[in-house]
Amino acid sequence: MRRDRAVSPWQLRWRRFRAHRTGMGSLAVLLLLVLFVASAHPVAWWLAVDPYETDLLSQYAPPSAAHPLGTDDAGRDELVRLMLGGQISLLVGVLATAVGSVIGLTIGVISGYFGRRLDAVLMRFTDGMIALPLLPLLIVLGALDLTKLGFSAEFAHSAAAGFWRVVIIVALVDWTGIARLTRAATLSLKERDYVRSARASGGRPAYIMTAHILPNVATPLIVAVTLTVGRVILFESVLSFLGFGIVAPTPSWGNMLNNAQELVTTAPALAIYPGLLIFITVIAVNFLGDGLQHAFDPRSER
Amino acid sequence: MTRFILARCGQSALVLLVMSFVIYSLIGLMPGDPIDVMIASNPGATPEVVAHLRAIYGLDQPILLRYGHWLAAALRGDFGYSRTHAQPVLTVLLPALLQTCKLMLTSFVVSVVLAFALGVWASLKPGGVADSIISLFAFAGISVPVFWLALVLILVFAVTWHVLPASGIGTFGDGGVTDQLRHLILPVTTLALANIGSFTRFIRAAMIETMRMDHIRTARAKGAGERRVVLVHALRNAMIPVVTVIALSFGGLFSGALITETMFAQPGMGKMIYDAILGNDFNLALTGLLFATLVTLLGNLLADLAYGWLDPRIKL
Repeated sequence: MRRDRAVSPWQLRWRRFRAHRTGMGSLAVLLLLVLFVASAHPVAWWLAVDPYETDLLSQYAPPSAAHPLGTDDAGRDELVRLMLGGQISLLVGVLATAVGSVIGLTIGVISGYFGRRLDAVLMRFTDGMIALPLLPLLIVLGALDLTKLGFSAEFAHSAAAGFWRVVIIVALVDWTGIARLTRAATLSLKERDYVRSARASGGRPAYIMTAHILPNVATPLIVAVTLTVGRVILFESVLSFLGFGIVAPTPSWGNMLNNAQELVTTAPALAIYPGLLIFITVIAVNFLGDGLQHAFDPRSER
Repeated sequence: MTRFILARCGQSALVLLVMSFVIYSLIGLMPGDPIDVMIASNPGATPEVVAHLRAIYGLDQPILLRYGHWLAAALRGDFGYSRTHAQPVLTVLLPALLQTCKLMLTSFVVSVVLAFALGVWASLKPGGVADSIISLFAFAGISVPVFWLALVLILVFAVTWHVLPASGIGTFGDGGVTDQLRHLILPVTTLALANIGSFTRFIRAAMIETMRMDHIRTARAKGAGERRVVLVHALRNAMIPVVTVIALSFGGLFSGALITETMFAQPGMGKMIYDAILGNDFNLALTGLLFATLVTLLGNLLADLAYGWLDPRIKL
């Protein structure tokens, strides 16, 4: 009998998540998007196009068999550019969230575990950060001259540096929510008996924090982390759009709209595609977060 | 009360001071420096001349010392000259600040009013049809890239239908109020739509939470009509958490204003900061960023006061 079997918390959560229609729907949409961006190279090979080669003679070509969505301002295949740009945008979203989560977790656990002065200082710092106008700050960070920080000019102007710079600066401004949640969870965890006994038997703070507290903080953070991915993708897109994020020739959904003023009059469809993909991705991520919230914390609904 | 306000003002001043140092250092790390810009048009500048210029402008001094000098001047109200505008920074900045406040306040009021209506409506029947539609709308608002939303609005209303102007704050030669308002419609709509989503979700959640409380049951038991229960007993309590969240969104509002002003060519602070950074106008960028921080902090401060006023349990 199925009903007699013990059900693990993860099975329960999966069942609740499966029952959440929009959550499941967005998971499917996200998988499709990943498939879409992953097929950039096969499709480029199939269409026999080079997404980086500029051809000013076929600027803004209408859709055709060779270019299913037409070409952009430099005569490059729009469809393949959208796929490649998506790879960058999604990758920045995931990586910046990962880096930001590490920062947030570290600050949150330390703040909650040690308490007192350190907690007060770290939390005031976090509060200050939350209140700041982040976009102007990001633009300044995006405009920094890496050579003045001691990097070689060759590295500073490479595509890799441009990519990691976006990942890091976005992570530097978007860790506050995770830090606060981690701190709150740590505050309650450190009063639990198993943590107290670990401390009584002489466990060092670093050991207790990593072995006893972090693993138990992780679960409630899943929703917050998911929502961060959505925000980060939006940050990357607007930074790249304004010219301070991913820069050409590397495509990203944000920088494909760089010449938007020109696009709206000459090739309106090109002004729609990249933004629409960002919109679909972020709304799917946010609905996924909503579904996860439902799965992990059923009391949150109703 | 006075002590609380003073403490909060002190705290904000401290944040502003710390931020001024952070921003000052960051601006120093941007490509080029004032001397590079100065000699860019003068190929005859020898290394000696450059070194001399650097010494005159104090750029050879350690950063803390330079910051000290800048701070002393700034406290006297002297923020230096804007390179691109060839005018004192404050002369350029204050009209822009006014313009941004106009945009921010209008869209703030629009989005808060609409969000309250939508949020309360959605909370009346959680899971109902209205709730689902409003939720979808709210999620869309949170998820849409603001610059693209602006682009789509321009595409539809200015390029395709020609019903609204796509940029600027007024038609040249037409100083009429109607004309200025027409120029405000698209920017305000963009910025308001960008904020309605999260506000609506918070208000809905707070209302659902409040409607479960004992005092609501008491109010009903005492025979208060449903309208009175929702609009008076529940709403006032639900507003307490909402005000905090909305207050913390001032920074986000400014970020949105930067995008909106850039997209619609509005001469506000956001666009000014953006152009200043692009144009290596260090003084203007630095002061602009500080004013943006100041506006945000003031918004937060006001919200704290509103919080105390709304919740009598909190003694200020």
